[in-house]
Amino acid sequence: MENIDIVAALSRWIHFMAGVMWIGLLYYFNFVQVAALKNAGADGTATGITKHVAPRALLFFRWSALVTWLAGAALLGPLFTDAFMLRNGMGPIGIGAWLGTIMLFNVWMLIWPNQKKILGMKPASDDEKNKARRVAFLASRTNTMLSIPMLFFMAGGWSHRALFGL
Amino acid sequence: MKNPLDSLWGTVIAGVVLTAVLFVFARNFLG
Repeated sequence: MENIDIVAALSRWIHFMAGVMWIGLLYYFNFVQVAALKNAGADGTATGITKHVAPRALLFFRWSALVTWLAGAALLGPLFTDAFMLRNGMGPIGIGAWLGTIMLFNVWMLIWPNQKKILGMKPASDDEKNKARRVAFLASRTNTMLSIPMLFFMAGGWSHRALFGL
Repeated sequence: MKNPLDSLWGTVIAGVVLTAVLFVFARNFLG
């Protein structure tokens, strides 16, 4: 077995595990926590979520996003450039890689900095917190939307070549 | 017009539509 096969096998394994954690937590935020916080705010129990659950979920969320991307890049290996240039039959997986990269940017540049203000980890006025809530919410929803084509192209990009006429 | 991302259904439908658009692009314009 070539060394490159071992790297690819380990990268694929780590890419899947970290990806499940990342997208799983993304869906938790969007399908569960947003609605739960609305109800919890109404009966005064939101602190339990914002103090004990959200910071821990965000910790695993943002780091698993980075690990997913790095393992994906390692898995692409010498095909990395072809994938991102959408050439040499790497177009479909390249679209998945671009979507994943945009999502990683949203996590670290939009969701996390704004969540720090919302959760009180960074000082912010009420007005700033309200703006941060909207930006973080829309970035998170954007990632949920992008995850749908991202998973289609990631899961089918290479093994379903016939689907794309390749 | 309401932002479709404000609702979960709007988000999922937008994702499926985007998938279809990107699929047509990939099938017809990528080598």
